Amino acid sequence: MSQARSSLPRTIAAHAALLTYTAIALFPVFVIVINAFKSRRAIFTEPLALPDAESFDLVGFQTVLKQGDFLLYFQNSLVVTVVSLFCVLLFGAMAAFALSEYRFRGNMMMGLYLALGIMIPIRLGTVAILQMMVASGLVNTLTALILVYTAQGLPLAVFILSEFMRGISDDLKNAGRIDGLSEYRIFFTLVLPLVRPAMATVAVFSMIPIWNDLWFPLILAPAEETKTVTLGAQVFIGQFVTNWNAVLAALSLAILPVLVLYLLFSRQLIRGITSGAVK
Amino acid sequence: MGSLRLSRITKSFGATDVIKGVDLEVRDGEFCVFVGPSGCGKSTLLRIIAGLEDATSGDILIDEARVNDTPPSKREIAMVFQSYALYPHLTVRDNMGLGLKQAGEAKEAISARVTEASRMLSLDALLERRPAELSGGQRQRVAIGRAIVRTPKLFLFDEPLSNLDAALRVATRIEIARLHRELKATMIYVTHDQVEAMTLADRIVVLNGGRVEQVGAPMELYDNPANVFVAGFIGSPQMNFLKAAPLGLQGETVGVRPEHLEISREAGEIAGTVSHVEHLGGETNIYVRTEPHGLLTVRRFGSAAYGVDEAVFLTPDPTRRFFFDAAGLRIRA
Ligand SMILES: Nc1ncnc2c1ncn2[C@@H]1O[C@H](COP(=O)(O)OP(=O)(O)O)[C@@H](O)[C@H]1O
Ligand SMILES: [Mg+2]
Repeated sequence: MSQARSSLPRTIAAHAALLTYTAIALFPVFVIVINAFKSRRAIFTEPLALPDAESFDLVGFQTVLKQGDFLLYFQNSLVVTVVSLFCVLLFGAMAAFALSEYRFRGNMMMGLYLALGIMIPIRLGTVAILQMMVASGLVNTLTALILVYTAQGLPLAVFILSEFMRGISDDLKNAGRIDGLSEYRIFFTLVLPLVRPAMATVAVFSMIPIWNDLWFPLILAPAEETKTVTLGAQVFIGQFVTNWNAVLAALSLAILPVLVLYLLFSRQLIRGITSGAVK
Repeated sequence: MGSLRLSRITKSFGATDVIKGVDLEVRDGEFCVFVGPSGCGKSTLLRIIAGLEDATSGDILIDEARVNDTPPSKREIAMVFQSYALYPHLTVRDNMGLGLKQAGEAKEAISARVTEASRMLSLDALLERRPAELSGGQRQRVAIGRAIVRTPKLFLFDEPLSNLDAALRVATRIEIARLHRELKATMIYVTHDQVEAMTLADRIVVLNGGRVEQVGAPMELYDNPANVFVAGFIGSPQMNFLKAAPLGLQGETVGVRPEHLEISREAGEIAGTVSHVEHLGGETNIYVRTEPHGLLTVRRFGSAAYGVDEAVFLTPDPTRRFFFDAAGLRIRA
């Protein structure tokens, strides 16, 4: 930023606003994590206190790791999230490439149709989806979840990626065609690397709703061997008693993979978000 | 080895006709320049020749073989783009070799041809770099090298100098002219800049609104334009167009180039006042407001001391006038 446009008071004001927002956003996470390490009594008597020698207790984590098959739940969540993300990015990018690169009858209509899903929540179709899954024998499989999440993520992916792909120079693709590259090679080696920042943006925005979803695992795959973490954590929330230690520990653990994936994507993500503004 | 024939080429994007029937022949070894204002369809025509765009109708023949249905990589052409279009993930060496690699050439043959091309363009020191580490001029040289390596029948250039600064543009222009002499290859070069067209071409094709206005050698177009458009487009500063009737001459308009207008303080055919003077060192452009011809340009070699608002008289050189009819076509005496 140029010297002329940045002044100390402005910088302070901007940082104050950002820090306030950060504090508000991180506070619930902070409370969950500190309480996960405390004994049940300490959680209720002093919910905002940091764990000390007296209140420190790992009983929540012990319960989580003993009861149920949490490792399996984690694995299910990871499989569903990673495979769905992969499908969303791959098929979304392919559809976006076709829509932005080729002139064909109904191109516009196709684009609008694919973008429609951004506005219509997929949960409205739950009953029909359940009927389809029952008919095709996919109930209680991870495949069912992966299919639904792929469908859920595609509209936004196609919308964002096709906008980005329209911005890629025709000359580069044409140079590839003259050198005899196939359309697939052009897509994978020339176009995809250039839309990486946009892909990261799409990945982060698609990943979090998938990881956090409770609705579809509950309806489509509630069996013990296909439970996801969010569904698995529900066993500790009873109608009359709730094992708060275990719930908080499970939630703390569930944050970790998202954090790891976010860190993987974040550099590209920031480029993706700022590229429109700065270019 | 490398002639091109276009016959009745048309191209429409939906309802808009961009190319409206182009017939053209480019001989083997010729340097042919397509020139015309922005948006007249030059790039579209070049892409049709390359096979990157299908013609709506008409035939494209390379070496007398119809190539309408041949994909770009099989037409034995190479193209250089305005935006360089180098592969960002490959080194200069791999950028130049990719086309041959795709065609299944042996490694040694590829590396020999890359070495040869990089020698011609003095790219040796850059071979292991990536495009991001090169300047604009170097990138364009690599793009030209990539074209040479393919030893194509036709070289296609789409405004290759437009992204370069003025000094590099002249240097690269000279480089391209030298390559044409050394390779004796057929080259088709698109530009909107009539100076590039005049300096490089064996033959110029003037395009306007998707039609060919005139085809000819540079001096032929300059000395003998077929219509008002070509007369106005070729030559800088632009030709003056005078109304014929007040001068008692034939046709609708009379074209006189700025260097063929005599200026004097005492007497002449057309009275006017000086409205602006540009001193370029070697020459001086004097803009004179006249009734009823509007603003006319006079080009004087050396310096000329005329002041703004000074009353002057202009006289066209009677041997260097061009007459045009109401439709803009040339009336030949
Ligand atoms: N893919 C396209 N779709 C629709 N119109 C196009 C397309 N490509 C070019 N055109 C139109 O064709 C005309 C000629 O374009 P072009 O050949 O690029 O002109 P130029 O002579 O400047 O290179 C322009 O008016 C442009 O708007
Ligand atoms: Mg163009």
